[in-house]
Amino acid sequence: MSKPEKKPLFHIVKRAPMPWWKAWLYRGLSIVLAMILCAVISLIMTGQNPVQIFTSIFNGTFGSPRKMWATGQNVAMLLVISLAVTPAFQMRFWNIGGEGQALMGCLASAACMITLKSVLPNWAVICAMLAASIIAGAVWGLIPAFFKAKWNTNETLFTLMMNYIATQLVAFFCVFWESPKGSGNIGVINQSSNIGWLPVVGGQKYLLSILIAAVLCTGMYFYLRFSKHGYELTVVGESEKTARYVGIKVDRVIMRTMILSGAMCGIAGFMLTGGTDHTLTTTLVDGRGFTAVMVSWLAKFNPVWMILASFLLVFLDRGASEMAQKCKLNSSFADILTGIILFFIIGGEFFINYRLCMRHSETKEGIAHV
Amino acid sequence: METKTPAVSMRGITKVFGRNVVANDHVNLDIYKGEILALLGENGSGKTTLMNMLAGIYFPDEGQILIDGKPVVIRSPRDAFDHHIGMIHQHFKLVDLLTAAENIVLGLDGKLDLKAASAKIREICSKFGFDVDPAQKIYDMSVSQKQTVEIVKALYRGADILILDEPTAVLTPQETDKLFAVLRSMKESGKAIIIITHKMQEVLSLSDRVAVLRSGQFVGDLVTKDTDAQEMTDMMVGHSVTLNIERPEPVNPKPRLEVRDLTVRTEDGILKLDHVSFTANSGEILGIAGISGCGQKELLEAIAGLQHTQEGEVNYIEDDGRKESLIGKDPLKIAEMGVVLSFVPEDRLGMGLVGNMDLTDNMMLRSFRKGRSIFTDRKTPRNVAQNVIHDLEVNTPGLNTPVRRLSGGNVQKVLVGREINASPTVLLTAYAVRGLDINSSYTIYDLINRQKKDGVAVIYVGEDLDVLLEIADRILVICDGKVSGILDGRTADKREVGMLMTHIGGKANEQA
Repeated sequence: MSKPEKKPLFHIVKRAPMPWWKAWLYRGLSIVLAMILCAVISLIMTGQNPVQIFTSIFNGTFGSPRKMWATGQNVAMLLVISLAVTPAFQMRFWNIGGEGQALMGCLASAACMITLKSVLPNWAVICAMLAASIIAGAVWGLIPAFFKAKWNTNETLFTLMMNYIATQLVAFFCVFWESPKGSGNIGVINQSSNIGWLPVVGGQKYLLSILIAAVLCTGMYFYLRFSKHGYELTVVGESEKTARYVGIKVDRVIMRTMILSGAMCGIAGFMLTGGTDHTLTTTLVDGRGFTAVMVSWLAKFNPVWMILASFLLVFLDRGASEMAQKCKLNSSFADILTGIILFFIIGGEFFINYRLCMRHSETKEGIAHV
Repeated sequence: METKTPAVSMRGITKVFGRNVVANDHVNLDIYKGEILALLGENGSGKTTLMNMLAGIYFPDEGQILIDGKPVVIRSPRDAFDHHIGMIHQHFKLVDLLTAAENIVLGLDGKLDLKAASAKIREICSKFGFDVDPAQKIYDMSVSQKQTVEIVKALYRGADILILDEPTAVLTPQETDKLFAVLRSMKESGKAIIIITHKMQEVLSLSDRVAVLRSGQFVGDLVTKDTDAQEMTDMMVGHSVTLNIERPEPVNPKPRLEVRDLTVRTEDGILKLDHVSFTANSGEILGIAGISGCGQKELLEAIAGLQHTQEGEVNYIEDDGRKESLIGKDPLKIAEMGVVLSFVPEDRLGMGLVGNMDLTDNMMLRSFRKGRSIFTDRKTPRNVAQNVIHDLEVNTPGLNTPVRRLSGGNVQKVLVGREINASPTVLLTAYAVRGLDINSSYTIYDLINRQKKDGVAVIYVGEDLDVLLEIADRILVICDGKVSGILDGRTADKREVGMLMTHIGGKANEQA
């Protein structure tokens, strides 16, 4: 034996599940540590006072009533798409096509707004928009599910590719319906008549989105936790063999769940085009279909925790861009900080599940945080 | 013997999983050269964990391992090989697409010289009496051949200390005899051998010494020739147990399930069942014997409506003699017909239960559809779970514990408990006691016998022939997907069953 007889410096051991408050303590600690590291890096890179940096991050979210409402709107949109992809994830169907499904919802809404504006009364246009968005999103979700159920195709690639198709379709229609001619943009649809614009509730433009998100969140919680459908899709996700063994029709559950997932993404598209933006662009969903994947995972597919996770990500995003603006930094710097914080949050999950045993020490928990 | 230096000495070995699962608690164990040590213990007593620390899979939290009297640190399987320790795991670690020789040299340093390797493999084989073709692909091999490759792999790497984790679970009696002959010849050449097994017969016939673990602690060791099965069992369990399986006479048996010319092919076209015919009677246990993978799984799954069949019939016979075909019906349709058919599959956590769900949710698997509401009723399954815990003495922290955290025996009790809760008329069980310790096994035998007394037609696929011969009223022997013979359980002989398992019709080939 040429190797020195030395014990390894540490080895990794799986932990027993810890009480929920302790897990959250770890998560909180991760964020605090991430903030400290961010402050140190910002200080070195910019020479700005870290307190000022954090103030601007905070101001990005809470700086003014207008910003707070905008934050609420962003959280609501992210939450709706996160809720939408969650039943699929719970079924271990990796739907990363939320982006495309939502975009198809936007496209369907915009199509109704443009083509039906002089045919139907306003309320009927809105109903048609809602129905069309739901159908468009559902179809976009059903296509990969059908192929998965019948020929076991890989849903990750399939749903991802469907995003690009959706983007290209929208790009086509942006030119098809361009206004003014030659601009290649649609601009604000029905700006003068406001047909197909969702009503403003309680005097706040963004309140309706927040209310819809709250209703969907509650509904999804009960659907996943207590309904027979929710139970079936969980069993399918855990083990298709078990599902077949108890007589669950796996194909049907996969397709049904993806219709639901796609339909909810479609609703998100409807909210974007009909409720807030009143337009159609290829970037209207703004990557939320992908961020939703992270929200859903961070919250461990629990709709209630998803509110927190959505808020956290929106807070980071808005804070980082505000900071970059205030300190006259490139927006990439904001991305670096967001990256650090997410890295710590996900790293915190590692220490919730595992601990490090140091050499010659009877470590319990204390050392675990490096 | 005690004056010699042990080949391996484990001192104060402790391994804790999570916060309070103590798998090994200050275990001291010595293994000497030229002896076969049987490591005994119930499920969850820490046998495999202890051996995994020798093999470098786990790292002990406390304690010291000494090889030939010198303290060593084993961090990885590679370290273990450097110390001449080789382990043959219960689940083989071979690459199916490679040949025997390629698997054997896999991961070794130095130039890849398959010719020299093959020569060395042949040398090892002739020395100990193995039969391995170095150029044969793993996927072409039988389970017993794969196991031989694993043993040769360990020896090729210079193992002097060989650990075998339940090596006979997958072998026929004949193959077991062959393995034991090889192990004895390895012992003669001075190697130290540790064998983990649940089968008392094997411990008695093979080992020199027996070490017993109970709940992670070393209870003691015995010289095999001075002890018997009863003493060892009592030591393992910690109190006295009776080792008899009862076999009540069937009361009023009536044909319940009729299988005619059942033929099944896999999706790849491999013939798994070939014109299998038999009848299972109510109030009777029909044992099914066979080498694993000879169509037992397909047979049960075809009856349960989970396997696509090519031809043949499966008929359920009502009390009044009416026949109803089960072919082409899925489990849901069969249940809707009013046939209560319970199935304890081989793959407990992968098929019978959902490992990540708690007891209540697992009970619900069978009942969640009941009622019109779109929401599930959790109250009834919770009561069922409580009853199962109480009646079958399931050891669980609570109703909300995911079943994967329970020990093997308790997992099986939950599964069997749920299946018999439905008051079935047909009960299919596949390897109902595989991996279970003595206590849990007897609980399961008892449950199955109670079902039989209640008039259930039980089909019991088993691997331990001693048990099959004790519990089954009739034994159907299956060989390569064909019925090799149907014997009376009370008069059948173990050798005869063994012959039928390997050759259709058994005796015809005996002279050859």
